[in-house]
Amino acid sequence: MSKKEILVLEELLGSNKKIAAEIRKKLEEKGILTINLLSSPGAGKTTLLEKMAEKLKADYRMAVIEGDIETEKDAERIRAKGIPAWQIITGGACHLEAKMVGKLFPEIPADLDFLFIENIGNLVCPASYDLGENIRCVLLSTPEGDDKPKKYPKAFTTSDCLIITKSDLMPVLPFDLEYACKEALEVNPNLKIFVTSALKETGIDEWVEHLVSALHELRQKNA
Amino acid sequence: MHELSIIASLFEILEEKAKEQKAKKIVSVKLKVGALSGVVPEFLKTSFDIYKKETIASGAELEIEEVPLKVQCQKCGAEITKDDFIFICEKCASRELKTLSGTELLLEKIELEL
Repeated sequence: MSKKEILVLEELLGSNKKIAAEIRKKLEEKGILTINLLSSPGAGKTTLLEKMAEKLKADYRMAVIEGDIETEKDAERIRAKGIPAWQIITGGACHLEAKMVGKLFPEIPADLDFLFIENIGNLVCPASYDLGENIRCVLLSTPEGDDKPKKYPKAFTTSDCLIITKSDLMPVLPFDLEYACKEALEVNPNLKIFVTSALKETGIDEWVEHLVSALHELRQKNA
Repeated sequence: MHELSIIASLFEILEEKAKEQKAKKIVSVKLKVGALSGVVPEFLKTSFDIYKKETIASGAELEIEEVPLKVQCQKCGAEITKDDFIFICEKCASRELKTLSGTELLLEKIELEL
């Protein structure tokens, strides 16, 4: 009997990263911009997607991958807007992984412009998993409080965009928008921040414009 | 709480390495876990002890080295070890910081019995 020590130096999430990189490459080749939406439950991811569907429908093709622990409810809401949607039911798992997205790959139409992935409502675990997205976006709804960025730093440091949702509730909440933005930019100075209300339809156009320009950039890179 | 699924990924690597080396057992496992890796070392240990039963690593010890978040200011060059996640240089207030370490989630080494 002999003992041997070996140096491995392998990333524990290396296989997820590898699958995510393959997904990103394949989607980019098709000219599809992929957006991973992260937030706590009830921050308004699905409602934002319903609004996106209304705004983008005339000129662009979008599809949605919905992640939930149980039920097909969110995918049904998106389909009701005339948008293709697939539901991933994790049956308890707190996050989506790249291989779950990879399994749906054969069903994703090649002529899409935007693919949205709505992650499981959870501000912790999804932040560790690359799904092959081009843009990671974290949502923070005003009722959750303006102190979240430093409480859940990983979700904010790994995101490209922050969408503050339910801004219409600010007059009745102790939510300090300036403070929330300051806190968010301290954990991630590169965050692009959008302040939105789906109910009042404010701020959504700016977010749409941002995505459209990112789509053009992606296609220019391909050309 | 995604530590159990991370431990499942760890065991995929462990089984592959044990096979490559034709090992009988894995005796010890050492991980490097960054402060900004998004996982809790204590939960990794608990998950490891649950998962290891009836595997090649059933008797293995898990050692975790916790790696603090270290950044380098791109303006003044200062290297700072952070105990918070505020990406502002404490010396010159610049926001151009490069992360040097603290985000890793790494299997560093294993000890095998051949």
